[in-house]
Amino acid sequence: MSLGSVPLKYKVSIDREQCMHCMRCIDNCSYGVFHREDDRIIIDSRKCTACHHCISMCPRDAITLKERPVDYRSHPLWTAEAREDIINQARSGKIILSGMGNAKPYPVIFDRLVLDACQVTNPSIDPLREPMELRTYLGKKPSRLEINKKDNGDVELLTKLTPNLKLDTPIMIGHMSYGAISLNAQLSLAKAVEKTGTFMGTGEGGLHEAIYPYQKNMIVQVASGRFGVDINYLERGAAIEIKIGQGAKPGIGGHLPGEKVCQDVSCTRMIPLGSDAISPAPHHDIYSIEDLAQLVRSLKEATEWKKPVFVKIAAVHNAAAIAAGIARSSADAVVIDGFRGGSGATPKVFRDNVGIPIEAAVASVDQKLKDQGIRNKISVIASGGIRNSADIAKSIALGADAVYIGTGALIAMGCRVCGQCYRGMCPWGIATQRPDLVERLDPEVESEHVANLIRSWTLELSELMGAAGINSIESLRSNRSRLRGYMLDEGTLDVLQVKPVGA
Amino acid sequence: MCGIIGVIDRKRALMDGSSIRDALSLMNERGSGEGAGYAAYGIYPDYQDCYAIHVFFDNLVEPKSQVDHMLHKWGRIVHQEAIPTYEQEGLKRSHIPWRYFFKPYSDLMAGSTTPEDDVIKHIVMETNSNIQGALIFSSGKNMGVFKASGWPEDVANFYRIEDYKGYIWLAHNRYPTNTPGWWGGAHPFNLLDWAVVHNGEITSYGTNRRYVESQGYTCSMFTDTEVVAYLFDLLGRRHGLPEDIVVKALAPPFWDEIDNMPEKEQKLNHAIRLTYGPALMNGPFAIVVATHEGIVGFTDRIKLRPLVIGENEDRLYISSEEAAIRVMDPDVQNIHMPRAGEPVIGRLNV
Ligand code: SF4
Ligand code: SF4
Repeated sequence: MSLGSVPLKYKVSIDREQCMHCMRCIDNCSYGVFHREDDRIIIDSRKCTACHHCISMCPRDAITLKERPVDYRSHPLWTAEAREDIINQARSGKIILSGMGNAKPYPVIFDRLVLDACQVTNPSIDPLREPMELRTYLGKKPSRLEINKKDNGDVELLTKLTPNLKLDTPIMIGHMSYGAISLNAQLSLAKAVEKTGTFMGTGEGGLHEAIYPYQKNMIVQVASGRFGVDINYLERGAAIEIKIGQGAKPGIGGHLPGEKVCQDVSCTRMIPLGSDAISPAPHHDIYSIEDLAQLVRSLKEATEWKKPVFVKIAAVHNAAAIAAGIARSSADAVVIDGFRGGSGATPKVFRDNVGIPIEAAVASVDQKLKDQGIRNKISVIASGGIRNSADIAKSIALGADAVYIGTGALIAMGCRVCGQCYRGMCPWGIATQRPDLVERLDPEVESEHVANLIRSWTLELSELMGAAGINSIESLRSNRSRLRGYMLDEGTLDVLQVKPVGA
Repeated sequence: MCGIIGVIDRKRALMDGSSIRDALSLMNERGSGEGAGYAAYGIYPDYQDCYAIHVFFDNLVEPKSQVDHMLHKWGRIVHQEAIPTYEQEGLKRSHIPWRYFFKPYSDLMAGSTTPEDDVIKHIVMETNSNIQGALIFSSGKNMGVFKASGWPEDVANFYRIEDYKGYIWLAHNRYPTNTPGWWGGAHPFNLLDWAVVHNGEITSYGTNRRYVESQGYTCSMFTDTEVVAYLFDLLGRRHGLPEDIVVKALAPPFWDEIDNMPEKEQKLNHAIRLTYGPALMNGPFAIVVATHEGIVGFTDRIKLRPLVIGENEDRLYISSEEAAIRVMDPDVQNIHMPRAGEPVIGRLNV
């Protein structure tokens, strides 16, 4: 007996009265939802991913999209998703792949944290009139300064500072590799970070020549596959990031299918054309914390101790202790990627079930480093599910120095979080290498969109700080007393070191 | 809002407490009759080698025996007595102020370059967080803090502040919002040689507190001012930075100003901000800090609280109000206002 088809996920329809037969929807949909039979547009809703490209391009607003047009018998445990996954796996015998971040309805801690503002006893500060400092330095800081005050009053600085990255705003763009996203997408992001005085990650895909002009704003990544890594690559980056794990898939490696490895990608990654790019789960030269410390040192040696080295880990239960270990190496920053972090392709079971939220991870990492008196030895970068400036302010108040955004920056370029990135047909020209699709994305235009997003969030962040009577970002960092938890349980409040509302 | 005033005689000439009492009372508009206090340096010449430990006891049985026990463990009590007090109609006695003159055994603190100070710091932190009914509110040498809940004149008369003679005085008139009526919440705050009076609210308290706590201090007074004393102790004593550098860490120049400084100065200020970011104090404040060597007054980086300076030969006055200075010294000269974040330093020159 056949299992038959599962019900449609989305139902697309065209208001035939509105439609002017321009046929743009047919051209726009890379998944082939629309085709033409004689003068009629035929719709195959089963192919739709809700990427919205047709809707956004239709001149008549004639297209309607509905999610789940067919109901199942409702059941609190056997959700439609649970049933469909089983049906699909019964058919395939395979791991279910997914794109973007965790899609389970876990409570969002950010949404249960509220920020403080000044009233009477201290004045709020108006960022339009007073300086507001968001400048952030990432890297090791000395635990104290040694100075020599001479008799003539001259002060001589004896402590030598290690190189830090200077950010005009604490918002950076996380690592998305060329391969996972298109060159035009990477180029747009690179132009955006240059315009806004911040940095972005290359991901594990090497550095394409087209990005060289922006190398002073790039953080180059060294991941377990070591793709694209050579001395030229390391030297071009403003900083180097060792990727141990990723929030969307803690504990596993990555896989870029051979069909995505075109001529250009193969050159940039330094792998044969059309071959699968497989990043192993662990780095095969890192089996313990001291191995990691060694790799950090090797990278520092290779670049003459001129560049900060970051280490990125997925937010897992033991993240705090791992971060404390990393702080003891020569690493300059630890990146914690929460379980809502995005991904081009991830087994769904990992995306939805492994890891912990960034809010709890950052708070516990900051606390552990504080308890051990080594917080200033390392910067903390939070990532994974940061949606707006309030999330950024809250992340910093929980202990982050800066944040990485990923999905947010893609949405600014058109992405609608359809979650199909692993299929390589992104109609927005982002998660694809198909030349006709990539061409749709104009780096001049999209870089401005991304830069605007960073600018808006930076402005909002200054307003939030001003309202809290704070004119320098370092006074927001770890300032848990300016946060309150709303309807958070005692255990979580304790981890966050935040009082409940009203207290 | 609170009113603060501080004075130093740079030649160490002694002043009794009566005039600062009158100056502080003049600023009663800035207080609410719920807290006032004084700190004076040079008042215990007979015991100048001992740490003068002032304690509020709730009773002299349980808490005192615990404090005695701890002091006996860590050193020798040279002398102890109740701090003389005189009933005032407007002041409700809630604690028994007591003082010990104490010499710590310096060999008990391993690995410290300032073992005696570290013993005292340990005793203060232990007592204030773990001994119910005892609060050490003053712990320096040849100096002392006198404070209570009440109007400045009542608190002064309660301790008969005119009986003490010091070359540095700090005083504070409190308008509490956080912990009204609590004697421990009145200023000055003190640890070892550091005494602090503060008008304002520190919006970076959470950050500063976590920083000092990670460096071994315990905040137990439920108020933001205590971190100032700890920050000065950490940066000034333990890190050995001069006061003007400490002030630069606590109220640094803006990045725009730093970017425009000559290279050497720029490097120094850059290093201070990077290293001491978590010590930066935000929010409105005017602060006067004293040690036996001098006083330093400063405001927040955009000067959201008033601070006025006056001088008369060897005397330097720092206060929230010019009128208060004029009460202390009608002939005061050179009244002026420092710029935001700029430290005003009065150092002994004897
Ligand atoms: S894009 Fe809109 S107007 Fe054009 S054919 Fe499709 S539905 Fe009709
Ligand atoms: S990048 Fe493209 S494929 Fe991926 S979620 Fe966004 S729109 Fe969909």
